[in-house]
Amino acid sequence: MANGSSLLSIEHVSKDFYGNVVLHDVSFDLHEGEILGLVGENGAGKTTLMHILFGMPVIMETGGFQGSIKIGGTEVHFSSPFDALDAGLGMVHQEFSLIPGFTTTENIVLNRESMRASILNDVFGDRMSVLQRDRMRERAQKAIGKLGVDLNPDMLVSEMPVGHKQFTEIAREIDREQTRILILDEPTAVLTESEAEMLLQTLKRLASEGIAIIFISHRLQEVLAIANRIVVLRDGHAVKDTPNENISMRDIASWMVGRSLGESGQRSEARGFAESLFKVRHLWVDMPGETVRDVSFDVHRGEIFGIGGLAGQGKLGIPNGIMGLFPAGGEVVLDGKTVPLNDPAKALAMGMAFVSEDRRGVGLLLDESLEWNIAFTAIQVHGQYLKKIFGLFSQRDEKAMEDLCAEYVKLLDIKCTSTKQKAKELSGGNQQKVCLAKAFAIKPQLMFVSEPTRGIDVGAKKLVLDTLHHYNRDFGTTIVMVSSELEELRSICDRIAIVDEGRIAGILPPTADISEFGLLMSGAAMEEAVNA
Amino acid sequence: MSARKKLSTFFSRYAVVIIFVIITLIAIPPSGLSIKYILQEIITRLGRNSFLVLALLLPIYAGMGLNFGMTLGAMAGQVGLIFAVNYGISNWQGLVFALLVGLPISVLLGYVCGLVMNRAKGREMVTGYILAFFINGIYQFFVMYMLGSVIPMGNKSIVLSRGYGIRNTLNLESVRQSLDNIVMLRVGGFSIPLVTFIVIALLCVFVVWFKKTKLGQDMRAVGQDMAVAEAAGIPVEKTRIVAIIISTVLACAGQIIFLQNMGNLATYNAHDQTGFFAVAAILVGGASVTHASIANVFLGVTLLHAMFVVSPLAGQKLFGSAMIGEYFRQFIGYGVIAISLVLYAWRTRKAAAEARLSLRGAQNGPGKGNGKPAVGNGGQA
Repeated sequence: MANGSSLLSIEHVSKDFYGNVVLHDVSFDLHEGEILGLVGENGAGKTTLMHILFGMPVIMETGGFQGSIKIGGTEVHFSSPFDALDAGLGMVHQEFSLIPGFTTTENIVLNRESMRASILNDVFGDRMSVLQRDRMRERAQKAIGKLGVDLNPDMLVSEMPVGHKQFTEIAREIDREQTRILILDEPTAVLTESEAEMLLQTLKRLASEGIAIIFISHRLQEVLAIANRIVVLRDGHAVKDTPNENISMRDIASWMVGRSLGESGQRSEARGFAESLFKVRHLWVDMPGETVRDVSFDVHRGEIFGIGGLAGQGKLGIPNGIMGLFPAGGEVVLDGKTVPLNDPAKALAMGMAFVSEDRRGVGLLLDESLEWNIAFTAIQVHGQYLKKIFGLFSQRDEKAMEDLCAEYVKLLDIKCTSTKQKAKELSGGNQQKVCLAKAFAIKPQLMFVSEPTRGIDVGAKKLVLDTLHHYNRDFGTTIVMVSSELEELRSICDRIAIVDEGRIAGILPPTADISEFGLLMSGAAMEEAVNA
Repeated sequence: MSARKKLSTFFSRYAVVIIFVIITLIAIPPSGLSIKYILQEIITRLGRNSFLVLALLLPIYAGMGLNFGMTLGAMAGQVGLIFAVNYGISNWQGLVFALLVGLPISVLLGYVCGLVMNRAKGREMVTGYILAFFINGIYQFFVMYMLGSVIPMGNKSIVLSRGYGIRNTLNLESVRQSLDNIVMLRVGGFSIPLVTFIVIALLCVFVVWFKKTKLGQDMRAVGQDMAVAEAAGIPVEKTRIVAIIISTVLACAGQIIFLQNMGNLATYNAHDQTGFFAVAAILVGGASVTHASIANVFLGVTLLHAMFVVSPLAGQKLFGSAMIGEYFRQFIGYGVIAISLVLYAWRTRKAAAEARLSLRGAQNGPGKGNGKPAVGNGGQA
């Protein structure tokens, strides 16, 4: 379908945020009527690339970028997203950018309404013009017609099915006459199977009318179904730019995640576990942005169980829901006893501990001493480190707390000036160790560790992972570790579950091939991954 | 199930209206007032208050909640009236003069109010409320010290005996009911201030027309989702400022209409409860922090003032004290605002939870562990 003339050229684009390189010499072209599938893991640089394309202020504020962007052969410099829109770029975002109380029509022509001047224009300016509703409706119908879908122009967005909202957004970009390039960021993420199918048809139809499309999706089968060409980003590099011919999902998956296919790092020795400790059945969690829809899994006593997956798919919702931090439902059983949901105190009292991904918000009392931080949960849940005065009042046992803290400072090698130092003064890695110490201090049967290495440096990462490993091996603590870093999971876990769209896509041993993990993350059917 | 849900939605939406109708109906018999008297009172009060309450509409459309900052406009209107009395301009000409003086002041105050509210997005109501207290201080200073000293006042009868500052109560005899009395229609024993109602009707026409303009459309967009509006290129902050300026100017005119009907001006506290009563009225009429219509305004003024007319006498008859009714009036006013805000917050939370619920059950794609426990096949190789 591609016909030579390059509509959009991205040439040698590099970008770093304060020395942290997120894009490195990325180049590719987009031709008229072409659909380009852009794939990559979280943090591969897709979002940053789109920000650059759209002239988002955040790029300029952080020092601009290297390389150039050409549209129709001439180099462009956008200083705001509106420049990009004028130049013919259209963007359909992952989150709907629609006004809920407006009709389809009103949303399609939003801020580009057809107007007739009124008498007050001379005094108060153009915004006193009266809207021409019939004209607006015609335009909306024309744009909807181009999509080839059935949308009611008078329906309120708040009453629409999700798929219609997505089409409304696309119609809005189509209504803009100069739009020649359409960028869709995970457009099918919230759609049902049939809606997604319809969307793909629509995109093909638009492409046949000459509109160039960049299609960003983690659902590889969709990318394979409609893309003419596929560009794979990994760690800021465009590692692959290939026509969509004779390639399989497995190929793309391994290009996406396969950073270290050859030198896979350390793996836990295979261990056998007999006894099941923890059972989750049909768990749902209402955590904004990390919705868990229906998750079931078992964890064995003494095991390190990993949960991975892309951001926003619900992996973080699992520990947060089980520990009662967000509304949840389903059945959770620990050691034969049912865990009451939506009640953090009970969850803790039953012998579970949680090291939150939100270190500074949930994990630590930033303005308090390390002693306080480490002993806090133990005081609250088990009434430890308290002493009675006259048998009536409880008072903190400062001495015991200090001893406890000193023990963990030594054990985990927490770098601090004293046990009285405030938690906020520590570095990220040491803060994380304090969080771990807090969880260890209540001697849990089962410990949830969420994103334990997020935002800490490489050396500290290793220490944290070693600590988990050590506690698991020497004290038999069962650990459920949630992380976006697949390699990290593979280095210490006994089994790894991959979460996709709020469900467990599959459970793999750490020794499984990296492309298997990639496939599971990409919305591929579980059976296929197992059989392949 | 669905019918029951609809019914419960209806009740939670109109809870305040329903409570009000019931209380008022119960209070009418013990008050001993004739229906005719009550109706005449309501007609008078509709003319007196509707304009002020209508001033609340635009900020609600713009998503800025109930504009307690309208008190600023009321103060501007009072300053206008003080000057009209000072220069001895009487009748409707006096009102027009007061409006001309109040207009630039209210535009300026509205602009300032809008600027402040743009820095306190999401907390516009409490910001407006407190801002009204602050501007009240400036108003007091201006009227108590500036007038008669820095700004000479020709009419010594309105100045305090010490030589500067305006008297506590200002007699508005010269402009008293001058708008109402241009044409006072008498139908079936009722007196209807025709011109006042025409002015109110014109404002309603303006509001309806305004909603059809580009600015009105932008205001609705901004009111529903600032981020989306901003992304579409609508100047969000400017639109919000314009909404507040229009509201403040309308409040200025509304206060002038209110005071010409009352016939006297409590110089230092006439505006104290302007915003409070207007907000109570629109809420009683079934409006919420995010939704309001012209119908809410008239229904609200009718219900609230029917209550105000009957409650002192009902209190007198039932409890032997008119003060009970007076107390009741305050109690009800603040109670209505509190209930409305709580209901609104409750509904918003419920709606958000429902939206997330639908997201959770939205899809059941093939091959994605539809309920089956996905265990085994890993680990113990």
